[in-house]
Amino acid sequence: MKTPLVEFRSVCKTYYMGEDIVRAADNISFSIYENEFVAIVGKSGSGKSTCMNIIGCLDVPTSGTYLLDGRDVGQMDKNELAEIRNEKLGFIFQQYNLLPKMNLLENVEVPLMYAGRPKGERRRIAKEMLEKVGLGDKIRHKPNQLSGGQQQRVSIARALSNSPSVILADEPTGALDSRTSREVLGMLQDLHQQGNTVVLITHDNSIAATAERIIRLADGKVIYDGPTEGAFSDEHMGGTGA
Amino acid sequence: MKITESFSLAISNIFSSKMRSFLTMLGIIIGIAAVMVIVGLGNGMEGYITDSFASVGTNVMTVSITGSGSSGTVKEEEMFAIVEENPACFEYISPMVSMRSSVKIGSDTLSYTTATGVGEQYFDIYGYTVAEGRGFRYMDMEKRTRACIVGCYVDQVLFDGQSLGETLRIGGEVFTIVGVLEQIDDEIDEGGSDDAVYIPYSTAARLSYSGTVSSYIVTAVSDDLVDAGQEIIEDALYAILRSSNAYSVTTMAAMLEMMTEMIDLVVLILTVIAGISLVVGGIGIMNIMLVSVSERTREIGIRKALGAKERFILTQFVIEAAVTSAIGGIIGIICGYGLSSVASNVISNMMGETLTVAPSVVSIAVAFGASALIGIVFGFLPARKAARLNPIDALRHD
Ligand SMILES: Nc1ncnc2c1ncn2[C@@H]1O[C@H](COP(=O)(O)OP(=O)(O)OP(=O)(O)O)[C@@H](O)[C@H]1O
Ligand SMILES: [Mg+2]
Repeated sequence: MKTPLVEFRSVCKTYYMGEDIVRAADNISFSIYENEFVAIVGKSGSGKSTCMNIIGCLDVPTSGTYLLDGRDVGQMDKNELAEIRNEKLGFIFQQYNLLPKMNLLENVEVPLMYAGRPKGERRRIAKEMLEKVGLGDKIRHKPNQLSGGQQQRVSIARALSNSPSVILADEPTGALDSRTSREVLGMLQDLHQQGNTVVLITHDNSIAATAERIIRLADGKVIYDGPTEGAFSDEHMGGTGA
Repeated sequence: MKITESFSLAISNIFSSKMRSFLTMLGIIIGIAAVMVIVGLGNGMEGYITDSFASVGTNVMTVSITGSGSSGTVKEEEMFAIVEENPACFEYISPMVSMRSSVKIGSDTLSYTTATGVGEQYFDIYGYTVAEGRGFRYMDMEKRTRACIVGCYVDQVLFDGQSLGETLRIGGEVFTIVGVLEQIDDEIDEGGSDDAVYIPYSTAARLSYSGTVSSYIVTAVSDDLVDAGQEIIEDALYAILRSSNAYSVTTMAAMLEMMTEMIDLVVLILTVIAGISLVVGGIGIMNIMLVSVSERTREIGIRKALGAKERFILTQFVIEAAVTSAIGGIIGIICGYGLSSVASNVISNMMGETLTVAPSVVSIAVAFGASALIGIVFGFLPARKAARLNPIDALRHD
């Protein structure tokens, strides 16, 4: 059987708030394979961001094992984590998180720069990515000269620049109106069609429905993991009927 | 990621907020400029003093008999003998007797004109030439003649250039002017080198209170022989006086050295004081870098999420601090250079002497290096703070 790209084995993340213990991730296990389009959904405080941080190698589990492409992330030091974020992961954030002083081209180049790619190659790839998201004519613009939807497209271009194994999108449409949201989601679907692995994190069921598979979290636990069809029946919604 | 990229990133950050960067640099600019001017002034002074000593001659030694030893004092003949026995080492010798009594022409007392008792080689030692009349002869010394030689101020101002054969009085004795010296200073002034009267040392010794000669000027054949000559004289005087406290031999070279050392010390002290402003400048840089790190926390988080290692973030901030400081250093060097040339002009005009306040190439290099180093040292702490930020917290920051 093929090795999963992302594999959680009894992952726990515990926060200690004085006397209280918060189990932000409580014994979570799942596997995501290459070329899947998975949405991690759940209500506010259910542990989505916690999972996303662990998948994104920005944080390590308190206990349990996280294997990315078969490698145990828990055993890695800070430098290796930085390397793996650079090589294997493409982030798309809710707040776009572009660098305001740089133009679009330079923004998209950043991951390539940290990967040590030569200047000319960086330029070429960055241009290509920006053209791919339909911003080829604005490469010298600064992020604040763009609309929200356009900025999010830049962040998609940046996420793609290093051809990552996993594209991680955390509430990518959270700051967008419904039309641009659909546009961005369509773009994620296209990426999936082209063979990329996409993990979409959202609290919004209608957005999660774009994915092919849903992992639903509640109170740090997985309460549903399966195809999108049937994910929204009452029994799989955490019993709230929402 | 290449180091040149860190540099261009740093430069674009510095230029994106020019006013702030300039204010950050100000401490360094002032500190470096101050150091440059002080070191430049010190060098200028040293050059000036070395030049004026060179015109006197650094092969000159002054011998002072400060007391009498257990076996009496030193006679002139004994002193002459020391010099004559070592012709390979010594060139000239002249006794020197300063007169306390003032010089009078008719009934006018000249308050600035000095009278000095000298030997016949005195003018050779200082390179003075006799313009009119004659110099001193052995006979003048031997016979204690009442002959005198005057500087050109005395001749031209006090005797209207007709002094030869005239008389003047020193300590009640009448002296006849037998010679006039060539002009010495660039301008003849009252109290200057040209306002002087010279008489035979033997006559002077008899007129003076003690009746003995207590100081001599001796020249070595060359500058290299000054130390050897000093030793010969000291040994000979010790043999006569049997006490090392009864005489002293001072060389011009030693005096020059002493004065340069003194200037060096003053320059060093002033440089340290100016250096303190460099430290203050460094703290200013540290302060702004800390502010910059907290302002750019989110940027740091984004960079880390995109794969920046701690080392990259650290280098980026250290380089930014170092470049800021080094640019301040360059501006400071330029300001220091400008101020130095202004100071040169002002001092030259005030003193009527040419004093070049020139910062040396070495001091420029050191100033630049020091400013870059200050940036690195004071930028390190903020840079490390940036590098160690937790990426999740940094990303959440706004
Ligand atoms: N750094 C932290 N310290 C303490 N508790 C934390 C920390 N981060 C998260 N938590 C807690 O862990 C739980 C899960 O938080 P998480 O951010 O993963 O939720 P979420 O599903 O992303 O919610 P939202 O949709 O509001 O973003 C919450 O109860 C939260 O209070
Ligand atoms: Mg969240």
